[in-house]
Amino acid sequence: MIKVENLIKKYGEFTAVNGVSFEVEKGEIFGFLGPNGAGKTTTIKMLTTLTRPTSGHVHLNGFDPINCPSDARKSFGIVFQDPSLDDELTVWENMEFHGVLYSIPKKERRRRVQELLTFVELWDRKNDLVKTFSGGMKRRLEIARGLLHHPKIFFLDEPTLGLDPQTRNHIWEYIKDMSQQEGTTIFFTTHYMEEAEKMADRIAIIDHGRIVAQGTPWDLKKLTDTRSLEEAFLSLTGKELRAESASAADNMRLRSRVWRR
Amino acid sequence: MPTIYILWLRQLKRYLRSTPRLIGSLGQPVLFLVALGFGFGPIYQKAGGGNYLQFLAPGIIGMAILFMAVFMGIELIWDRQFGFLKETMVAPVPRWQIMFGRTMGGATVATMQGVAVLLISFSAGFRPDTWLGIVPAVGLMFLIALMFTALGTAIASKMQDMHGFQLIMNFLIMPIFFLSGALFPLDNLPSAIGTITRFNPMSYGVDGLRWALINSSHFGPLQDFAVLTGATVVFVGIGSYLFSKIEV
Repeated sequence: MIKVENLIKKYGEFTAVNGVSFEVEKGEIFGFLGPNGAGKTTTIKMLTTLTRPTSGHVHLNGFDPINCPSDARKSFGIVFQDPSLDDELTVWENMEFHGVLYSIPKKERRRRVQELLTFVELWDRKNDLVKTFSGGMKRRLEIARGLLHHPKIFFLDEPTLGLDPQTRNHIWEYIKDMSQQEGTTIFFTTHYMEEAEKMADRIAIIDHGRIVAQGTPWDLKKLTDTRSLEEAFLSLTGKELRAESASAADNMRLRSRVWRR
Repeated sequence: MPTIYILWLRQLKRYLRSTPRLIGSLGQPVLFLVALGFGFGPIYQKAGGGNYLQFLAPGIIGMAILFMAVFMGIELIWDRQFGFLKETMVAPVPRWQIMFGRTMGGATVATMQGVAVLLISFSAGFRPDTWLGIVPAVGLMFLIALMFTALGTAIASKMQDMHGFQLIMNFLIMPIFFLSGALFPLDNLPSAIGTITRFNPMSYGVDGLRWALINSSHFGPLQDFAVLTGATVVFVGIGSYLFSKIEV
């Protein structure tokens, strides 16, 4: 369902993603893990047509995001790391907006919006402005919105960041339900290793722009001779803090973005 | 078409929902109209220019549209910072449609702003030459609005945050306003200023409004309309291009 071959992204001298390859099967729940600044978000941006790779190939549901962006974009839904709702619009209007952009016919759209808002338990709040919502409610709405057009692939970039355990559990339940009911392929990133260990069928670990290991959680633990995924993760990516390299990477990204010639 | 419509609708809804902004954005034009209109009125009369308020009102309408339009375009930066831009960028629709819908929405809002200032100027004593002139005036207002919303979008496509906003205001938007003949007649200007005003598309917008509202024109309506349309097409083109190159 997702096929990535030798993907490279350079920002000037800095290589954010350095020859990443992996494949995700249909219906699989795939965890993409790595320390801050390892290249997770950059990879997701390339997969979702937001950034052009420097080189390498991507296939989403058989489509190349560069040559046929429209088909590729129709194939996936996404929940970004940062909120991406319009706070000045209501829940209903945010959903409508998405439905129109993805050209879902009106009748189908109305039915699906109700179904999904009920699913994430926000139907009662459909006429409230999003700016009155807590972080967890916004996340649930984003999940509902991302699923509106029946995506074949669902990207979740740290979907549970900063949420309380109750909300986190709820969100994973939604995701799991949906993957089982509709056979949606899930591609997610997280820093919570227990989540990844519990949810993911397979995991890839990325560090310094390269994939250092991939396999089932069991494979990774066996490979590193550790008892939990967290230990396996630390054993593969080392224990030093990444603040230094992450901020350098961020600055690099920033510099390349600010007032691009 | 649905894409352009929904983006247009979104801009409108956002604007109409924020009452403080609705009122606040009318403060400046009203102040200009009252302070300058009545302040310079007597001296303008003495110099043989006639009624200054009549002359000034189309310029202030242009100003209100200019500021609102640029602002509606630059608002794109907020969408970028609050993340909503990404939602539109991954949608399976051509980028130019997103840009065009947004820009049409912003231009509609700015035109509404212009009409509001026109209505306010009536209460200050402004009277159009013929009431029928309001029809072409509103059309010209929309052209001015479209042109400058597109300019704002083009600028915002190149900016990451609001830090550069003051720079844009003071070195681009203010000069466009002050050097457009909004406040003074374009006849007999020192040649340097005269040349600048001739290259400023805003001059043709203000002049067009004067033609429609008080039947007095420096360039003539045909030239006004031609330059405005040309500049609008160019700005919308540049805006679409830069917008399509945004990476978030």
